[in-house]
Order: sequence, then structure tokens, then C-alpha cells
Amino acid sequence: MREFTLVVAILVATLRAATPLMLAGIGELVTERSGVLNLGVEGMMLMGASVGFIGTVTSGSVVIGLLMAMLAGAATALVFGVLTLSLMANQVACGLALTIFGTGFSALIGAHYLGMPLPGLALSLWPNLSTASPLLHQAMLVDPLVLVAVATPFLVYRFLHRTRAGLILRAVGESHDVAHALGYSVLRIRYLAVLFGGGMSGLAGAYLSLAYTPMWAENMVAGRGWIALGLVVFSTWKPFWLALGACLFGFVTIAQFQAEGLGLQVSPALLAMLPYLATIVVLVLISRDTVRLKLNAPAALGKPFHVTA
Amino acid sequence: MILSTRRALLGASLALPAAGLLGRAALAAEPYKVGFIYVAPIGDVGWTFQHDLGRKALEAALGDKVKTAYVENVPEEGADAERVIRKLATDGNRLIYTTSFGFMNPTEKVAKQFPKVKFAHCTGYKRLPNLATYSARFYEARYLAGIIAGRMTKSNIIGYVGSFPIPEVVQGINATLLAARSVNPNVQIKLVFASTWYDPGKERAAAEALISQGADIIMCHTDSPAIVQTGEEKGVWSMGYDSDESKYGSKSFLTAVTMDWNEYYIEQTKAAITGTWKSSDVWGGLKSGMVKLAPLNAAIADSVRQEVAAAQAKIEGGTLLPFAGPIKDQSGAVKVAAGKALTDAEILNLNWLVEGVQGSLG
Repeated sequence: MREFTLVVAILVATLRAATPLMLAGIGELVTERSGVLNLGVEGMMLMGASVGFIGTVTSGSVVIGLLMAMLAGAATALVFGVLTLSLMANQVACGLALTIFGTGFSALIGAHYLGMPLPGLALSLWPNLSTASPLLHQAMLVDPLVLVAVATPFLVYRFLHRTRAGLILRAVGESHDVAHALGYSVLRIRYLAVLFGGGMSGLAGAYLSLAYTPMWAENMVAGRGWIALGLVVFSTWKPFWLALGACLFGFVTIAQFQAEGLGLQVSPALLAMLPYLATIVVLVLISRDTVRLKLNAPAALGKPFHVTA
Repeated sequence: MILSTRRALLGASLALPAAGLLGRAALAAEPYKVGFIYVAPIGDVGWTFQHDLGRKALEAALGDKVKTAYVENVPEEGADAERVIRKLATDGNRLIYTTSFGFMNPTEKVAKQFPKVKFAHCTGYKRLPNLATYSARFYEARYLAGIIAGRMTKSNIIGYVGSFPIPEVVQGINATLLAARSVNPNVQIKLVFASTWYDPGKERAAAEALISQGADIIMCHTDSPAIVQTGEEKGVWSMGYDSDESKYGSKSFLTAVTMDWNEYYIEQTKAAITGTWKSSDVWGGLKSGMVKLAPLNAAIADSVRQEVAAAQAKIEGGTLLPFAGPIKDQSGAVKVAAGKALTDAEILNLNWLVEGVQGSLG
């Protein structure tokens, strides 16, 4: 029974750790499928985290906080969109600038809100378990956003591969010239994709500051945005593979502490490296097959669209 | 006429140096500028927060005589720290407190370039004629916390989230276990290292892992209140670090190992103003008030409170040494014989864990 509880606790902790990666990753996946490379995920997540926290504290409602977080992420992405889509600036440079901007601006607006506690959002997956086993009940506490994150790969897959709108979005990402020739508004579709990506990143950041560790701390996203970016490539732009990658990364983060706690005689510094090592190893393995990478990457990724017709 | 002129001349010649003295006194009445450099934002409810409380206490105590300036959120690595310290020195600050271990090398470098400016570096070990060091014996408060942990645990597993395997952290872990075992011989500590001083997400993951493995008290040597929040959510006890973090988990929060720099800052700055400042190494413990426990949770029984108070009195009086032998390390070897105790130098270089701690220093 003790071992079963431990396994359940690890599974649930993995899901919770994977949630921000999943949410931000899916948003970035849709953005990249439309052909826009937005490297500013970390900045957008931080904006979402701080605005979400501020919104919840000032309005008293978590839902309003989450909505404001999504709006903040989308607004930050809109700035990126204007620069890269309308003004055709270099997407990589703008994305990096966005990260730095998001990091600094979120710290600025959040400065007053440091050191404020908030009650967490956790709800139990199976409330009836509390009488049967308090430990199991504790182990199965998740936040509603975790369930949202579990649902998103299915929803996004359905959108991308089973709807017309998704087909058009993929077409824009593969060849924006052909899509334009067919009469689709490339810029409008890309703007919408960028806004979606921003909103999801904002939501992912808000998850961290409202549910995972309900507080605001500068730079609290701690590099998860970069991991999410890596995961999008790792997954070769496929939603279910992204979910797998997010769970894998979440698991390695948790396993580090579980292994140490169980008495494994491994250097803690080495264990702390594991998540990043795992990401690098998988990325190298995938990139060895350049044909596969080329086949799966959106062909127009990162290329600015010049209206030639 | 001549007499009065001579008298006037004499008066004038006396008045000039007096005016000069007065002038110097007027200059001395100008506030003494003191600078602070912080590694994190003040609102971190942690390490930097406590240092800033000290700065505010200094302003309250010395009023017009000092003028403090601070720069927060300066990263330890890279050229930023050096640049900021140098700017504080060139801005006219005559005494500069650098409040994190990682500022050691930049402080030493700038101190060599500004021999007239006094520096004090917290938790470091490099000293110069114009560079002092100061720290607190956190392990003494950890000892008291260990007594509470030993009494409050039911599963006999204490979860400990360390930051980095440096002597300061190892002192805390060992002191906690020795104290806990002095009241409860069956207790053990499960130790994990978060490899960060401040990352709420990682601290939470570490605390969750320890709780899932049976720990019913979580202690930490990291600066964010994430442990307390996790403890509150999971229904286990938690002990914080740096500040009173009870607002993050009023039921779960037992106490915290906090530090109080007020007296040190006031005394040292006064000495600097009057010219009696010397480069010293201050390592204050419970007696000096530099470390103390945060207010104890109401759920802690009176008998435990009395035990803690008695132990505190003995440590302050010098009759109870936290690292008095016999002490064995994890492999069972006797590191401190009965009747002996670790010296200050050995404590400062502590790099082994005592028996009863499950974990490794890497």
C-alpha cells in the first residue's frame, strides 16, 4: 500500500510538473506550425505569472486572474507579432528581446506583490479517498489546470488535423506563398496563431504563480519556457509527442528528488543536471535523422512573409 | 585703540582655527553614508528581507547621523556585483555591507582599490584591513529546531531540503539531527539538495518527494516559503528559514530559523562613525541575538517549549555545545570523541554528515 501510494504520488507530481511545459509547449507548437518562430516563451510565461498573480490578488477571483494572465501573454505576443509580421523584423532577435523584456517588465510590475501569500487551487481527483487513505488523498491532489493541460493535446490535434481551419494553418506554415496564392490571409492566420501561443504561455505562467507555488517571485519560471521551446522541436511538432516529452521532463525533475530521498548514492549536482541532459540527448537523437527533421518541420518556419503578388 | 585692535586681532586669530574646527564639525555632522548590496529583492521574505530590516533598524537608531543606500537584486556571478559595489564606493558611501557569500571576490577586489572605504562581507572568509566579515551561528538555532522536530514527528522521518552542500548548510543538517536524536533516538533525516537558494517550483518538488516518502516534518535551507505552502497543502509540519513564514501556512508552520542583523549593523556603523571600527570576524550565535527562532506554533506543547528554552539557556551559557562528542559520521566512524567538541575551524569546514542523515553531499 505504501509503495502504491508512492507510485501514485510520483505520477501526480509528474503531471503537475509537466503542466506548464504542456500548456506553453502547445501554444508554441501552434505558433510554429503557422510558420512563426517565437522564442519569447519564457518572457510571456513570466508576464502571465505576474499579471495572473496581481489580477487574483486585486480582484479576489482566480478565474479573473487566469483570464488576465492569458490576456497579458497574448498582449506580449502581440508586440512580437507586430514587429515580426507587420514590420518583418527578424523573428529570432525579436523573440529573444521579448524574453528579456518579459522578464524585466514582470519583475517591475510584480515588485509590490512579493511576499504575498495566496491559498492554492488544488482539488482532489477522487474526493472519496480521503476517508479510505489520507495519504492517497493527499497524493492525488491536482489543480484544475492540470486537467486542462491533459486535454489540450487532444483538442489541438483535433484542430490541426481534423478541421479545415487547422489545415489552412498548417498550409500557411508549410508554404505561405502558396497559401497566399490560394487567397488565404497569411498575416491574419499568423497573428491568430501568435496570440494563441501567447495566451497559452500566459496561462502556463499563471499556473506556476497561482497553483503550483501560489506566490510571485522574480524569475519564478526558472527556464521552463526554454524547455518548452526545446520540447516543441523534440516532439517534431506533433501534439501527442509534445505531451510525452512534457511528461518525461516532468518525471525527470521529480525523479531527481525521489531518487535522492530513497538513498541513491548519486551526486545531487549530477541529478540536477538530468532533466537538461535528457532534453539534449533526445534532441541529438532526433536531429541525427535530418530527413525526418526536414519532413516534419514546417517548411516556412521563421521565414518572414513578403507579399509578392 | 591699539589695545582693542590687538585684542581684536587676537580674537580674530583665535576665531579662525575655531571656525576651522567648527567647519570640520559641520562637515562631520553631514550624515555618514552607508551602502548595502543585496542578492535578491527585498520582498523575498527571506535572506534579503532580514538584512533590509537591519538597514531600517540602523536608520531608526541613528536617524540623521546616517544615510543609507541600497541596491537590490544584484546577481552574484558576472561583472554586475563588482560594478555595483564600486558605484556604492564612488557614490560616497563610507561603509558598505555586502550581504551574500557570492559577493566575496568582488568585495575583496573593490576593497583593495578603495582603502579608505570600509567593507563588511556576510558569510565570507576573506578579510583585509578595511574588509570585515560577519555571519551568524545558524546551527545553534537549528539545534533548537531539531529538538522541536524530534518531539513533533510521528513517522520519525524528517525531510530536509538543502540548497548546496556547503559547510553552512551541513552545519544545520548535523545540528538538527543531533538535537532531534537527543530527544528521540529513532529519528532520521532524509536529505535532498535543491541546488538553488531560491526556486519555489524546485523546492516544492523536493518537499513533495520527501513527503511522499514518509516525512512528516519538512525543513529547509532555502529562501522561499514554498516548503511551508507544500506542508500546509499536504497536512505535514514545516519549518522555514530566514523569516517568519507563518502566513504561508498557519497550521503547518512550526517555526523558522531566523536571523537578526539589527544590533550588528547599529554597533558596527556607530564604531565606524566614531572611528573605532576594526576589521573583525563576527560570528554571533543565540546569545548575541543574531539567530533566533520565529514564534512557535501554538500546537507545540508546553513541555517542548520548556525543553527548547532550557537548551537555549544552556547554549547561551556555553554549557551545551551543539557539536559535542561522541559523534559518528554516516559510515559509523567516530569523528568526535566523547568529552570533546568540534572547534570553530572544524565547524567552518564541516564537510561530512552525521549518522542518521540519509543523503549525500555529492
